[in-house]
Amino acid sequence: MKTSADCVNNNYMKYVSAVSPRTNEKRSLFRSFWVGGFICCIGQSVRYFFEYVCGLTGDELGAYVSMVMIFLGAILTGFGIYDRIGKYAGGGSIVPITGFANSVVSPAMEFKTEGFVYGVAAKMFIIAGPIIVFGIASGVLVGLIYYIGYRIF
Amino acid sequence: MQIFLMYLKVFAVGGAICTVAQLLINYTKITAARILVLFLLSGVVLQAVGLYQYIVDFAGAGATVPISGFGYLLSKGAIEGAKESLFKALTGGITAAGMGITAAIVFGYLVSLIFKSRSKKN
Repeated sequence: MKTSADCVNNNYMKYVSAVSPRTNEKRSLFRSFWVGGFICCIGQSVRYFFEYVCGLTGDELGAYVSMVMIFLGAILTGFGIYDRIGKYAGGGSIVPITGFANSVVSPAMEFKTEGFVYGVAAKMFIIAGPIIVFGIASGVLVGLIYYIGYRIF
Repeated sequence: MQIFLMYLKVFAVGGAICTVAQLLINYTKITAARILVLFLLSGVVLQAVGLYQYIVDFAGAGATVPISGFGYLLSKGAIEGAKESLFKALTGGITAAGMGITAAIVFGYLVSLIFKSRSKKN
């Protein structure tokens, strides 16, 4: 049965979808593809630099590459450049690790007026918090499963 | 030539991973934080079943720079730790991903101390 409230709701949803800006789907896919690919190519360049100039290998190499990428993401967010890249590229700027840095710095700067403890330090983890929580929890789970597996087999 | 080919692979794979995220944004209206968590978890799961290593070997930074590469590191560290002891099985993931989290917190805090938010000026 359709109540009048449902009707109003439906009309409202129609209105919302008519008014909200349409994202050009093909264009947004293309943009996120080339920006995401480009950011990964910067990462590969940093990787080559550490590999051939500094002589790092293995896990250490990967760790320093992600450190540099996070630094770049943080500093570009500080200058307000990364948010512009984000408006242009959408997913292409969110998924690389520079987007993780952006998600840490952006709310931290925004809530600076609320002080350095409850403002900066607490709001840093608005988006990064869930990532760290799910990351560590799933990492421990994988470790436990493999530990039990190695003990049994 | 080999380096050019490598960049091509990095560009294609990294771009493809980001395009999947954009597809999710376009068709499901999923928020950015959930996309990040989703990609992280898929990196963890893909490495737990042993698949993500192949993507990393193929595409290098194209697979490690996206957030799924972070999940790959966590998973890989935990699996390597699990070979040795229970303690290392529990701490292996965070040890491997420690640099990323440390860098994000330290640089994040420093940058937000130095810079002021510009989002309101636009």
